Amino acid sequence: MDWQTLASKLFPGGHDIVEHDSFLSGSGQVDAGAGADAAARTVAVIGTTGHAPIGIEIALAQAQAVLRTVREHPGRAILILVDTQGQRLRHRDEMLGINSYMAHLGKCIDFARRQGHTVLGLVYDQALSGGFITSGLIADACFALPQATIRVMGLPAMARITKVPEDRLTELAMDNPVFAPGAENYLRMGGLQAIWEPGPGVESTDAAAISLPDASASSSASASASALASALAKALAQVEPTDRRMALGEARGGRHMAQAVAQAVRTGGDVRPA
Amino acid sequence: MSSYLERGARGRIPAIFDAGSFEEFLGPSARVVSPHLAQLDVPVSFDDGVVVGRGLLGGQRVFGAAQEGGFMGGAVGEVHGAKLVGMLGRAIDEGAQAVLLLLESGGVRLHEANAGLIAVSEVMRAILDVRAAGIPVIAAVGGANGCFGGMGIAARCANTVIMSEEGRLAMSGPEVIETANGVEEFDSKDRALVWRTTGGKHRYLLGDCQVLVADDTGAFRAAAIAAIEALTGAARSGAAALTLDALQAEQAMLERRIRDFGALAEPMDIWRQLGVPDPAGVSMLEADDFVAMAAGHRAGPVTGDR
Repeated sequence: MDWQTLASKLFPGGHDIVEHDSFLSGSGQVDAGAGADAAARTVAVIGTTGHAPIGIEIALAQAQAVLRTVREHPGRAILILVDTQGQRLRHRDEMLGINSYMAHLGKCIDFARRQGHTVLGLVYDQALSGGFITSGLIADACFALPQATIRVMGLPAMARITKVPEDRLTELAMDNPVFAPGAENYLRMGGLQAIWEPGPGVESTDAAAISLPDASASSSASASASALASALAKALAQVEPTDRRMALGEARGGRHMAQAVAQAVRTGGDVRPA
Repeated sequence: MSSYLERGARGRIPAIFDAGSFEEFLGPSARVVSPHLAQLDVPVSFDDGVVVGRGLLGGQRVFGAAQEGGFMGGAVGEVHGAKLVGMLGRAIDEGAQAVLLLLESGGVRLHEANAGLIAVSEVMRAILDVRAAGIPVIAAVGGANGCFGGMGIAARCANTVIMSEEGRLAMSGPEVIETANGVEEFDSKDRALVWRTTGGKHRYLLGDCQVLVADDTGAFRAAAIAAIEALTGAARSGAAALTLDALQAEQAMLERRIRDFGALAEPMDIWRQLGVPDPAGVSMLEADDFVAMAAGHRAGPVTGDR
């Protein structure tokens, strides 16, 4: 789903999100129900599009937008729209310390959280390793659309680096959420809080909305719009600022040891199998 | 001199912390191993490549961790990450004076792909939880495997980064960049270029590392004690936590860096622009002589992001 379609579905009440060199920023009006005041209905939006590689400039632009939100709109929720192929793989980025730019973005988001800004991530297209770790994965909670691609790297590259045959990895990936890409696996492991179903017929609606904006397309688009808009409103009302991912991964059977090990270390107890 | 680089995690801990003071949490006898490696026919380690615990450092109660570069390059898997997260949480529960992270890691353990990625992000958040609790976090980077990937990001979430000249701090490894974009982009076999791009002296000049020491466990220990001292005590109360002022200063520093050096292609050109009199001679300088030379030529706030 392209970001314009996504934005119109998330914010049926309107938005002013703009794109500059694959960087998205702006705000949107959330359908927060009757009685919510205007400030509570506005959400700051930052993100990327076009599978953007996250280099130092785009990391810094996102950090700037977060800091501006903290300064100018105290308490305003922040939605991070994720579509990235990962960190930019260039000598120049490494020379200038891309890890520091990524860390700065992560720290700005973390600071916003502690200042009372609810921070949500939404993987609406693609999320890979380094580009994801200081965006969706550092939010209070991260969500994804069902078709989202989420992974560390492709199985062929993983096979080359780990020296484990690709056939074996492919076989393991069939029923092991640790190796297989995809939103469903990150959900089972607790990395995602939930998957947002955009509503029935979203693929055909997308095609129609782009090429044939006729009456039937717009009516099904508005049906989809309400599904995503209400998912967003619900998440904003429910998400908490504590990191619950280990507990979620344990409860959903996707990560059996993390929660038990962290608890054993923290309390000085033994590791009890989940 | 006692080389920091040549020691493993279990050799570094007693050399850095006060003698005999370190108590390990969930040590090797607990035999808590990775649940994912056996099915790949990869050997496991009884500590999953990381030592976590608490001890005394210069008499202060300091929680700590040391990653073992000899086991899968120190990469973070599910158990490894959970041990770090548990230790960081306990440091808050027990009111630690500080946390010291002896980092040596390639980042996410690819054998545990998705679990490793989520784990690294949990470690990052847990480090920032510690800082938000007012407890300073110090990262030391001086192992043979460097500090890369998500752990390269995590290191820069600390209050202070201590490096040796031999330490390397970056995100994507040179081999990864060469594989993706060719040898013309980054020749991973050109060791001098790799060092100039990711090594401790470059990071110190740029302002991404606050303390540069010789490859010596005593020097790392003294630097850690001094860093903790500088961030604690009545006068520095609250200095560990992130502030809007500090983040805006860091934003400005990182913007300046792109403006001043963004068009340069070679680290030595950056050093020259910073006023380093003999960029080609930087690699030959011992740590103390280098630090003396670098005074007045470093970019960014000398105190990092505090």
